[in-house]
Amino acid sequence: MAEAAIQAGCRFYAGYPITPSTEILEYMAARLPQVGGVCMNAESEIEAIGMVWGAAGCGVRAMIASTGQGISLMQESFAELANAQIPVVAVNMCRGQGDYFQSTRGGGHGDYRFIVLAPSTAQEAVALIQEAFHLADRWRNPVLLMGDFLLAHTSELVEIAPPDEPPLPPKDWAMTGASGRRGLTLSPLGPSQKLSTDIASALAQATDKHAAIRAAEPRVDCGQLDDAELVVVAFGFPGRFVKYAVTLARAEGLRVGYVRPISLWPFPSQAVADAVAGARRVAVFELNAGQMVEDVQLAVLGRVPVEFIGGISHDPSGFGVGPALRVEHILARIRDVYPRAAA
Amino acid sequence: MRQPLAPTPTMRKVFDTPALLLSTEHSLCPGCGEPLAVRLLLELIAQLGVRDRTICVAGIGCYTAFPMLMDIDVLQALHGRAPSLATGVKRVRPDAFVFTLQGDGDMASEGLQEVVHAAARGERVTAVMLNNGVFGETGGHATATTVLGQHTKTTPGGRSAERHGHPIRMAELLAQLDGAAYVARGAVHTPAAIKATRQYLHDAFQSQLDARGFSFVEILTMCPTDWFVPPDKGPGWLEENFRGVFPLGVVKQ
Repeated sequence: MAEAAIQAGCRFYAGYPITPSTEILEYMAARLPQVGGVCMNAESEIEAIGMVWGAAGCGVRAMIASTGQGISLMQESFAELANAQIPVVAVNMCRGQGDYFQSTRGGGHGDYRFIVLAPSTAQEAVALIQEAFHLADRWRNPVLLMGDFLLAHTSELVEIAPPDEPPLPPKDWAMTGASGRRGLTLSPLGPSQKLSTDIASALAQATDKHAAIRAAEPRVDCGQLDDAELVVVAFGFPGRFVKYAVTLARAEGLRVGYVRPISLWPFPSQAVADAVAGARRVAVFELNAGQMVEDVQLAVLGRVPVEFIGGISHDPSGFGVGPALRVEHILARIRDVYPRAAA
Repeated sequence: MRQPLAPTPTMRKVFDTPALLLSTEHSLCPGCGEPLAVRLLLELIAQLGVRDRTICVAGIGCYTAFPMLMDIDVLQALHGRAPSLATGVKRVRPDAFVFTLQGDGDMASEGLQEVVHAAARGERVTAVMLNNGVFGETGGHATATTVLGQHTKTTPGGRSAERHGHPIRMAELLAQLDGAAYVARGAVHTPAAIKATRQYLHDAFQSQLDARGFSFVEILTMCPTDWFVPPDKGPGWLEENFRGVFPLGVVKQ
């Protein structure tokens, strides 16, 4: 992911060590200086996001990674980066999937949204981190990649190449020094033009685009839906396990399909609604106490019953990789729900 | 209203509003010292010819009213966070002239860790702290630099060492760090102090331009509103209550 980010033009990274995101910091520390970039081992997550804010505010592609605890410390800055419309890319290598609410709702103050993408393989992570930089610049809005321990610590072969990007608007808001022009302010509190007191318009600009993002950017992966009585919804690396469990269930003659939201915000509500249109029941698997299930319920709007079949699951490491992630376990949950769908 | 004198061939203008100040209409209180400090900053930026590559990182306090009036690029930070933003700016734009503008609450209370590490790293930025010993914008609450005996709304009987602890001397604290190249403390309560502070800021800026390391100027400013004295008593209050705690002069160069 770090190399893919660099090939997408990332030239600034700041971070604070925390498992399981530390490998990105290590790679950036060695690699970024080789391409003329800067990597900072900051004194805390709060300073790390501040440094990223400064670099991104100058128009440089900048990135930060941590896990849920560290991301919690950054929430004040996250909210204001969105209000100031500064494009940064953040990566949360969660422990389990308990940070779904944190990622999609945020723990920061005020009205803001992050675009949130959830890869299920290393290769998809490569593609999505590169896309994240593009989306951040296109919408002038932060983008967060929600990964997990397995994604962080699984070795897979990947192909990495510089992305082929459509043209982007100029970063005429960036801090460059005011050569040949009047000074600008880049602020989450108000307008960029000097002497303007139109705070309401400045803040509205940061949120008015949400409707356009909701329309343009939902991403989803689905399969085996044609005759499905039961649709299982899962995201991220566990989504990959669910996809396989669905294949095993099909082999047993169960008519089961799957939906894997790739964008968690905007949530692919229409795709989920379409996918379950012919089904009798929806099951949601996630490694938490039940968070995305609320977005699925909103998408389905009561037309089909929605059951939660996930749960919090840890091995002694505490990193969210517990027995619930075993395919046999997921398959057993599918078998358990299925009679209620086929009845 | 008094009319300005008509110009004559022998008269010349020796004092004016700073060229980089877009408007003199600000919202700060009568007797406030912060506009005097901002004037010095803007005059020096013009004098040193660095306006076109200046990026100011502003904190949150009464002085946050100024960025919209200053004809330079200003990156607005959260309360306490200006040094980390300035670090990101300077690291990706090493040719930029970067200074932070913070108050004592912003720097010494909320963001102490930020400035200590920025100084220790020797970030080639200039940090400016306007120190009036009080949270002015919120209406007069104790900060990390409130002096012993000072009445604020959160030290109603006056700051006591036993109950509230001691004030932090930021200039002396930062001067200990190897990455700090230039450290001074000035004030704006007398013409002589203003003149000396102008020199401190000049030398701090020059230190950044010479890539010597982190530079820091603390400026004692009047806040008569939240010292609960009339505007004209501010300078005397500063002299009487601050000078013994916060000695003026160059601490490190």
